[in-house]
Amino acid sequence: MSDDLNIKKSSKIKTKSSSVSGGGTDIDYVRPAELPEQDLYHGHSFITKWIFCQDAKVIGIQYTLTAVFTGVVGLILSWMMRMQLGFPELFPFLTAESYYQFVTMHGMIMVVYLLTALFLGGFGNYLIPLMVGARDMVFPYVNMLSYWMFFVAVVVLMASFFVPGGPTGSGWTLYPPQAILEGTPGSEYGILLMLISLSLFVIGFTMGGLNYVITILQARTRGMTLMRMPLTIWGIFTATVLALLAFPALLVSSIMMTLDKVLGTSFFMPTIIKAGELLSYDGGSPILFQHLFWFFGHPEVYIVALPAFGIVSDLISVHSRKNIFGYRMMVWAIVIIGALSFFVWAHHMYVSGMTPWFGFFFATTTLIIAVPTALKVYNWILTLWRGNIRLNTVMLFCLGFILTFVNGGITGIFLGNVVVDVPLSDTYFVIAHFHMVMGIAPLMVIFGAIYHWYPLITGRFLDEKLGKWHFWTTFLGAYSIYFPMHYLGFIGVPRRYFEMYDSPYVTSAVGMNEFISVAAFIVGAAQFIFFFNVVRSLRLGKRAEKNPWKANSLEWLTPSMPPEHGNFGKELPVVHRWAYDYNVPGAKKDYITQTTPPSEVLGAEVEKT
Amino acid sequence: MWTGLVFLGVIIGSIAFHIWTPWWWTDIASNWSKMDDTIILSFWIGGGVFILVALFMVYCIFRYNYKEGRKVEYKPEDKKLEFHLTWLTTLGVVALLAPGLLVWNDYIKVPDNAQHVEVMAWQWGWKYRLPGEDGKLGTSSNKIISDSNPFGINLDDPNGKDDIIIDSNELHVAKDRPVKILLRSIDVLHNYYVPQFRAKMDAVPGIVSFYWFEPNKNGEYEVLCAEYCGVGHYAMRGIVIVEDEENYNKWLAKHETFSSFVAKQKNDNIKNNQLAKINNLLNDK
Repeated sequence: MSDDLNIKKSSKIKTKSSSVSGGGTDIDYVRPAELPEQDLYHGHSFITKWIFCQDAKVIGIQYTLTAVFTGVVGLILSWMMRMQLGFPELFPFLTAESYYQFVTMHGMIMVVYLLTALFLGGFGNYLIPLMVGARDMVFPYVNMLSYWMFFVAVVVLMASFFVPGGPTGSGWTLYPPQAILEGTPGSEYGILLMLISLSLFVIGFTMGGLNYVITILQARTRGMTLMRMPLTIWGIFTATVLALLAFPALLVSSIMMTLDKVLGTSFFMPTIIKAGELLSYDGGSPILFQHLFWFFGHPEVYIVALPAFGIVSDLISVHSRKNIFGYRMMVWAIVIIGALSFFVWAHHMYVSGMTPWFGFFFATTTLIIAVPTALKVYNWILTLWRGNIRLNTVMLFCLGFILTFVNGGITGIFLGNVVVDVPLSDTYFVIAHFHMVMGIAPLMVIFGAIYHWYPLITGRFLDEKLGKWHFWTTFLGAYSIYFPMHYLGFIGVPRRYFEMYDSPYVTSAVGMNEFISVAAFIVGAAQFIFFFNVVRSLRLGKRAEKNPWKANSLEWLTPSMPPEHGNFGKELPVVHRWAYDYNVPGAKKDYITQTTPPSEVLGAEVEKT
Repeated sequence: MWTGLVFLGVIIGSIAFHIWTPWWWTDIASNWSKMDDTIILSFWIGGGVFILVALFMVYCIFRYNYKEGRKVEYKPEDKKLEFHLTWLTTLGVVALLAPGLLVWNDYIKVPDNAQHVEVMAWQWGWKYRLPGEDGKLGTSSNKIISDSNPFGINLDDPNGKDDIIIDSNELHVAKDRPVKILLRSIDVLHNYYVPQFRAKMDAVPGIVSFYWFEPNKNGEYEVLCAEYCGVGHYAMRGIVIVEDEENYNKWLAKHETFSSFVAKQKNDNIKNNQLAKINNLLNDK
């Protein structure tokens, strides 16, 4: 698809294009820029170039490295948990207290500090300016502050491991009253540091998020209409809008709970009797917190999922050498899913004690979301169909994503259907479901994306052989962790149990727990193959020529690779078409980049965008 | 080649695991077999979609593996196909949702003849209160809970006087009679869950939540707390015994009413006071 309409069919050239007017007979005409380019601050010293840096690409890498560091911590915590569940009492330091602390920190780290920060802070920063054809984010200084705020948030979070009482053990959902009462580990200092860290995260994210949204809306290059943007950008854009609307709910609930803890207010605290004593709280509502938390928490799922949807669409298209199927439907599906995600939050609360009439409404909205989501899945596999599929590591991760996402999506329909949720909620079925759909599936995309864009960032390829080992152990291992785990939920094994002893139907699962634990150790260890690959390939990886995957989007079309500060050299690129003109009939090559003007590919029967 | 085979193996393995799994739900002991049915229905529809999508993907891997110069289709959109996929998916969703909502409607409508049982959750255990002969539970408040009034029963409410209080983790219910569980908590969130009954609901301090079921199989069942409630969560167990009406009544007769509990406490207090006085007298001498 491009500016011009089927030039081959009409002998005389007519200018027809969505964004063209007044160009006369010039088929390559693109409206001139309306604003002068922004001035960029160029760092000179090591500190301004690499530490307090305003270049979105460096900030993206800083975000990525910090997020991955927290992810490694989260991974190690998951090992401890699996150690306890598979082989209880092997390690004396694994007490119930520490187990719950590991559960909590693992959950919060993986959801917020790894996935959110990596997709939006990491990929968002690196890719947005490059893919929309901008020199940098519109507010580079605020962007830098955003990263350092995130950094402080991580420091505060990690500090909670070292305060008296340790980190909070209230579960990642931090439900009051238990989160701030004795009887839950870390209810003195750990929970406070968690709440402060989350607040800092939200502040930092807001600074970055405004940048992402405004850069995408205002700083696109000439010819880059909204409906020509790569789906990666659509995913990140919509997710950022969701985050800007959802994170305030987390911020206020964090502040309110901090006040309950420190000043003794009763936002979330009703009358409570502890150890026979009447506490001074009175009149608050624990369910109010849950509404606020999930008003953030459900969009949060899509904050992670939408960038993954977008990125995987692009990866599949590039490596199938075929346009993404149903681009416009893909865009609208992303937007509709994003909008609907604000109307489904209470499906996390079917058995919370809220009025049961809500069940009808939230079950309906939740299952409606399944429709656009399913359409996206169809479009991914229809993109593979009649394509020319490169089965490299990137594509393998995309295929792994499709399988795990469909699996996790369908179990989501189980849980969204209110009455099915009654027996399954708070069991291992839920654990299996959300790890499959928002743990493994997005991670598959992250890995695919790193194998895909590593040559752009470093100028070298990651090693394919190690990559394939990494993929197969991760995919097969993770699948064999979470697929059987659903069945623990059918038995009725509740989540957040430190020990499973006694009950006859629970003991039948001892063997399965051991198996899952061993698989978890292997999958975790396989990630070190990946880290080794990343470090080794920095120096020893195969050199990548420019645009090594023969992709169409702008990030591959920079004058130097890796791109320098300012991205595009002297002249900003001019965009003539969408990013998916692969194997256009009549074209000489199997791809036409977004910057290729119609006059250079006169024979190609492209469709208009 | 072998890439497609491994993916195919994953699909076949998943189906095989599902068919032959030794891990499946416990034998149901309540009226909620419709929940199980809805799950089975979800398996057929959802599982069907999973298998179709995954097989199509594997087919593409085999069929369109990279070959230099392969002719690739250029067809950005296909309105007709997209339309058909949309309504088919919608149909599938409706087929899952409609029966689900019908069962939910049953779940939240408690039969009039249900036996009321108040479950009082605390860190970390359960206590119960049953209505007396009037069939009504007295009103209550957590604010007035004390050693002499462990359920915080409103002393001005005549309905509360004959309430039967059970200071134990063990509850008995009569077979084939609906039970309405009324949930209270004195401290944090809990959830009263018996896997064999399928039903569950959180206990929230400050409010009374509820659910109902009709036990239909005699036996002893373990209660699990299903909402994280602190370090003792995993050990917060209880017992429900389903038995015939006759045995149930025997069990019920063994427990005292609130007013007799209060009277006994008063007696104890008087005795204690007398003892104290005697002690004091002895000490004085």
